Amino acid sequence: MIKNIHNKYIKIWLVICLMACVQFAKAQTEEDAIMIPKNYICPAFMYSYGSWDHYWEGTFKRNNLNLGTVSNKMYTGAIVYGISDKLNAIVSAPYITTNASAGTLQGQKGIQDLRGTIKYLPYEGIIGKGVFSVYAIAGYSLPLSNYVADFLPVAIGLRSKTASLRGMVDYQVKNFFVTASGQYNLRSDITIDRSSYYTTMLIYSNRVYMPNVAVYNGRAGYRSAKFRAEFVAENSTTLGGFDIRKNDSPFPSNRMNMTSLGAAFKYSFNSGLEFSAGGSHVIAGRNVGQTNMFSGGIDYLFSLSSKKKTNKAVVKEVNKKQS
Amino acid sequence: MRLIKYHIPAFVICLIALLGYGCKKEVISNTQNTVALAPTNIDLAADTWKPILITGFSDLTVATPDAVGSTAYTADLNEIKALQANLTQDQKDNIKYWSAGAVLRWNEILRELVAKYNLPPYQNADGSYPAPSAANPFAYPQFPFSNPPYAARSYAYYSAAQYDALIAAYHFKKLYNRAAPYKNDANVQALIPRSDLPAYPSEDAVVAGSVIETMKLLFPTEIAYIESKENDEKMYRLASGANTRSDWDAGESLGRQVALKFVARARGDRAGAAIGTPALWASLQANAAATGETPWISRELPLRPPMLPLFSKVKPFLFDSLTVIALRPPPPPSEKSDEFQKQLAEVMSLSKNITREQNATVAFWADGVGTYTPPGHWNAIAADEFAKQNYSEVRWARNLAYLNMAEMDAGIVCWDTKYTYFNARPSQINNNVKTLTGVPNFPAYTSGHSNFSAAAAAFLSYLLPDRGTKFTDMAQQAAMSRLYGGIHYRIDCEMGLVTGAKVGQYAIAKAQADGAGN
Repeated sequence: MIKNIHNKYIKIWLVICLMACVQFAKAQTEEDAIMIPKNYICPAFMYSYGSWDHYWEGTFKRNNLNLGTVSNKMYTGAIVYGISDKLNAIVSAPYITTNASAGTLQGQKGIQDLRGTIKYLPYEGIIGKGVFSVYAIAGYSLPLSNYVADFLPVAIGLRSKTASLRGMVDYQVKNFFVTASGQYNLRSDITIDRSSYYTTMLIYSNRVYMPNVAVYNGRAGYRSAKFRAEFVAENSTTLGGFDIRKNDSPFPSNRMNMTSLGAAFKYSFNSGLEFSAGGSHVIAGRNVGQTNMFSGGIDYLFSLSSKKKTNKAVVKEVNKKQS
Repeated sequence: MRLIKYHIPAFVICLIALLGYGCKKEVISNTQNTVALAPTNIDLAADTWKPILITGFSDLTVATPDAVGSTAYTADLNEIKALQANLTQDQKDNIKYWSAGAVLRWNEILRELVAKYNLPPYQNADGSYPAPSAANPFAYPQFPFSNPPYAARSYAYYSAAQYDALIAAYHFKKLYNRAAPYKNDANVQALIPRSDLPAYPSEDAVVAGSVIETMKLLFPTEIAYIESKENDEKMYRLASGANTRSDWDAGESLGRQVALKFVARARGDRAGAAIGTPALWASLQANAAATGETPWISRELPLRPPMLPLFSKVKPFLFDSLTVIALRPPPPPSEKSDEFQKQLAEVMSLSKNITREQNATVAFWADGVGTYTPPGHWNAIAADEFAKQNYSEVRWARNLAYLNMAEMDAGIVCWDTKYTYFNARPSQINNNVKTLTGVPNFPAYTSGHSNFSAAAAAFLSYLLPDRGTKFTDMAQQAAMSRLYGGIHYRIDCEMGLVTGAKVGQYAIAKAQADGAGN
């Protein structure tokens, strides 16, 4: 009856950027139900490419010959560290470039936001035929450079300092799992370079109130010591904000909502080297682009402690527990 | 157990930090808390100042008011006392808001409507563009499309009508000399700074009345909104003890009468035909091609017709149509010249090597789609300065009237130049020029921002000499922002500043001769 829990010891550092729109681009490293053991560390690098040629002005879906295809490339560096078996820390930062294939708007580039995350596993136990686990994840991000937010849709980010809290549950039977999580993002006001702007009224200020954002993420699939494959569904809903009017420009405090479907894969070698790949497609949205996103990543998991466990040893140990 | 001892407390600390972070509020406008207007000089002689359009007061009607002590007037006072006995927080907030000044608040309201309607129409399925129709203003695209020329003209009529209406109000105030309610009855409180200016007809009401009539022409879909604002303002005047209902009604009527004269002028100023025709658009292109230069083509897809090419023919306020042509600068450098290549290379170089500070300048002055436009920006700049000056309402109106007539006429002169030379934007000549703001849909030479800014800066510098070079420095920045943004050659900006400053001088000359002093 003991569950196949070994892959909990298999670090996975799948960075799938489901927040498919460029303005939301950030490394997602905190939405999987996987921890790395104490004193293990995992440097990682991920590349992703997202693009869209249709977008929603409010609920009106359109293309724009003056933008063509809007794309972003994101190069993310990150480190995951096992403070304990039940507490992991993650730090990440992306470099982003954007481009519009038509029209005159100048693509942007720069280092976006630093994100720090603490991931905590308060409960794990056997329920029925599987292992049930509960996670709490707290994160904070802030801009690392003085990039321009008020230049959508080619801005590299929104500049809002964001504090987030996620609750997550996971249930695994043999090698099959289901994970569900919900995240609440508190976003700080931002400052833009102009002294007034129109939302649903004209505001005389360079400060912009940024509504908070709720994110719901569901994933299900197969995972073993060596391999993981999963389907991912995500919804991101801005709790306030306003719609882009017909033929107006987007603005950082728009009501940006989106729902995406995707898949993600990862393969781990015994050495601790891991490769990941994924993709997603936005199926519904509001004031965002209908992004298609592809990503690939590489990372290396190893122990900092004197009594080094190789990845293989970790797996063996878990297998022993199971018997 | 170890887990509970160490990890849970750490996590709780994180949570508390997160929650504390959630303290933030909706952003409110900087102008929301402007203090109550308390003029240092009520400008009692304003009835002798030279108005813009009206030629006397004999064709204006303001009925003789009820005498203080009459039954009707006493009833008016009782209405105020009843209001003051039960002021709600909303009513108090309303008093606080409007007491900053009628001309200021109505100017802000127009800026907001300009921003709201400053959206280029979305294309038809066949790639053509619908035009807003004054005859059918509620259909998409709603009337108007308040682009910069339209906005400049709107601000001008709106402000000039308020100025003349206030001059007329002063005439009748002095004629009838009925003081404010709080002066006529010790039981009426003055909830705003007291004034020695006679209250009949109400100066706030003449402003509101003139707004209603001018807005029926300029923003016809917003009349209900304007009327609700007017009602707020009326309740402010009554509840604050500053006006009776009869002060208000007489003022509103007078404001409407004066504004109708401006509306009549506006209907005949040729702005209605400024959009041109397909034949005209084709001829502009052919004429420019005949000179051997590249004619302007829209940077938008589908190709959008040029913005208001015949705005150049609109009747100016500060000078005649021949002066428009006399003010037209010489042609820009030929594309075949070295000078042109040098200027194009500069745009290209800036487009690739912009500094963060230059980028901020581009955004600050962009005033593009969905904004109150450059003339609106200069109204905002002026209003911030005027609020520090403790002007009377009539001086507020006068100064905004000259400012906005200068903006409108600068727009006319600039449009005349643009459509005379009809030259291409840098990004049309070289596809690799990328921009940090939208490319406006009209020819490059000269820059509209530069014309508007220099005209405004010239007038404001005359008005407020103690500000030194503040306004001309700002105009310089506004002009250069268009070069940094990759949408203009340097010559567009520099020549635009020269021409705009000349237009500003006409406003100064008029102001110097109107009897109002500086």
